[in-house]
Amino acid sequence: MKLSRETTINIVLALLLLALPLVAMQIGKPFYVTLATRMAILGLAAVGLNIALGLGGLVSFGHAAFFGVGGYVAGIMATHAFNATPLAAFPFAIPGTNQMLVIWAVAIVVGGLLALAIGAISLRTSGVYFIMITLAFAQMTYYFAISWPAYGGEDGLSIYVRNAFPGVNTAVPLNYFLICYAVLLAALLVFALARNSRFGAALQAARQNDVRVASVGIRPFRVRLAAFVISGMITALAGALFADLNRFVSPSMLSWHMSGEFIVLIILGGVGRLFGPVAGAMLFVMFEYILGGLTERWQLFLGLALLGVVLFARGGLIGLIAGKARHG
Amino acid sequence: MAEPVLKIDDLCKSFGALKATEHVSLDLRAGEIHALIGPNGAGKSTLIHQIAGTLKPDSGEISFLGERIDHLGTAERARRGLGRSFQVSSLASEFSALRNVMLAVQSRQGSSFRFFKPVMRDRSLVEPAMEALGRVGLRDRARVPAAELSHGERRQLEIAIALALGSRAFLLDEPMAGMGPEGSKALTGFLDRLREEAPILLIEHDMDAVFALADRISVLVYGRVIASGTVDEIRGNAEVRRAYLGDGT
Repeated sequence: MKLSRETTINIVLALLLLALPLVAMQIGKPFYVTLATRMAILGLAAVGLNIALGLGGLVSFGHAAFFGVGGYVAGIMATHAFNATPLAAFPFAIPGTNQMLVIWAVAIVVGGLLALAIGAISLRTSGVYFIMITLAFAQMTYYFAISWPAYGGEDGLSIYVRNAFPGVNTAVPLNYFLICYAVLLAALLVFALARNSRFGAALQAARQNDVRVASVGIRPFRVRLAAFVISGMITALAGALFADLNRFVSPSMLSWHMSGEFIVLIILGGVGRLFGPVAGAMLFVMFEYILGGLTERWQLFLGLALLGVVLFARGGLIGLIAGKARHG
Repeated sequence: MAEPVLKIDDLCKSFGALKATEHVSLDLRAGEIHALIGPNGAGKSTLIHQIAGTLKPDSGEISFLGERIDHLGTAERARRGLGRSFQVSSLASEFSALRNVMLAVQSRQGSSFRFFKPVMRDRSLVEPAMEALGRVGLRDRARVPAAELSHGERRQLEIAIALALGSRAFLLDEPMAGMGPEGSKALTGFLDRLREEAPILLIEHDMDAVFALADRISVLVYGRVIASGTVDEIRGNAEVRRAYLGDGT
């Protein structure tokens, strides 16, 4: 079987990301393991957004809400487990937990419910209004977190010990990277399957022409809402992982800068492309680290890179190397 | 007489002071082609939009297969079997012709919420779609993106989509536009046979095609039906000749 150019690039990117922390350990620079983990988690968050933005054409400027909510789920549950206080006392006592698998499940459910509520309202609008209304909802969660003193308010919430994963010592950076990397690969599989499925066909067709979709008897709203919910779930999961990486969660995870960053990642890597968000996250974290070491104004250069991509390489990095996307 | 398939009763629609549809009543019976003719701006496409649900009428009733459909959305009307083609073709332009038709097939099967099976390897989608493409003569163009098809081919593709949807009635808005004489002739022959399958409400400026195909013709001028009848009745109608066909022709 001959691999397409895009598939080859995808495999190379996946292997590069995997090799980075392994090489880092060999040459005695464990800090790079953390960088690679950051790449994997930000990539995961952007894979989530890519379902809404890339496949559905839904420019959500509020995905930080899902990212932050996932982070707070991890932070809050871990805090209650650490202090041995129940999460809720009524109607029955719910204990906190330090088990990642439980935390992930809760983050996915909470993120999905939030996306359902936000999407049900926002998806009645389109274009600039959709961008603004998703931004407004995310800012509401941001100010809510700031003004809620029980969980740190403006100061955020520390996770004293990284949460546990069955059979793995998560405190070892390389182990934690591998967990995040595996989750990223799983999310990419979900994206690839969804894109090629009937659901993906309806979603991508609705992006191109929603009157056409309605005229064959499919309601675009329902398809988009489902996409928005799946998208929010994945980004919330990334948030839970991010909180555990930093062992800290704060309202900044909910801020519009974060939402903007996810969009930037996707544009850098390639909108709607399977590995677009991964390529974008790898570039972004590299920029942040290398240029950030040279100058405080590294974002100026990031801006220039983004400008270059938008002007000269519409398909992002993946589009530049693999050419235009093809639909069978 | 049997209940008409599609029945429009006293439909009105204004855009500000412009009365685009004024007390229009007409019906579509099983097995017929009912042509809707009239000068540009007479409100023909506006009428189709209201029947298909993309525009909401101000007042009046629309019934399809014996049930009121005027409160339903576009998607629900399509699911009940109203297939349409657009005056300006409306397709998922990045998708191939095949994938455009497959979308109708998956809708007909009632299943757009399946997340895992790849569509291109799903024979229950590809085969009916290819069959519909074959019927309009686009089988060889199946893998071409809709954006790269010619104007005429896009109209054929829209008809293929309506076929794949299992339409119980067709609303065709100028299907011949942009086609060469060969294409028009082929399509005329095709529509002539199609009426056996489901009746057609046809908007068309190609008068040769209209007179060759139509069982009945309604003439729309400034939003009003000024005449309705068989081909011969319309040809002989003095008011129609004055308003539309041009006096003395």
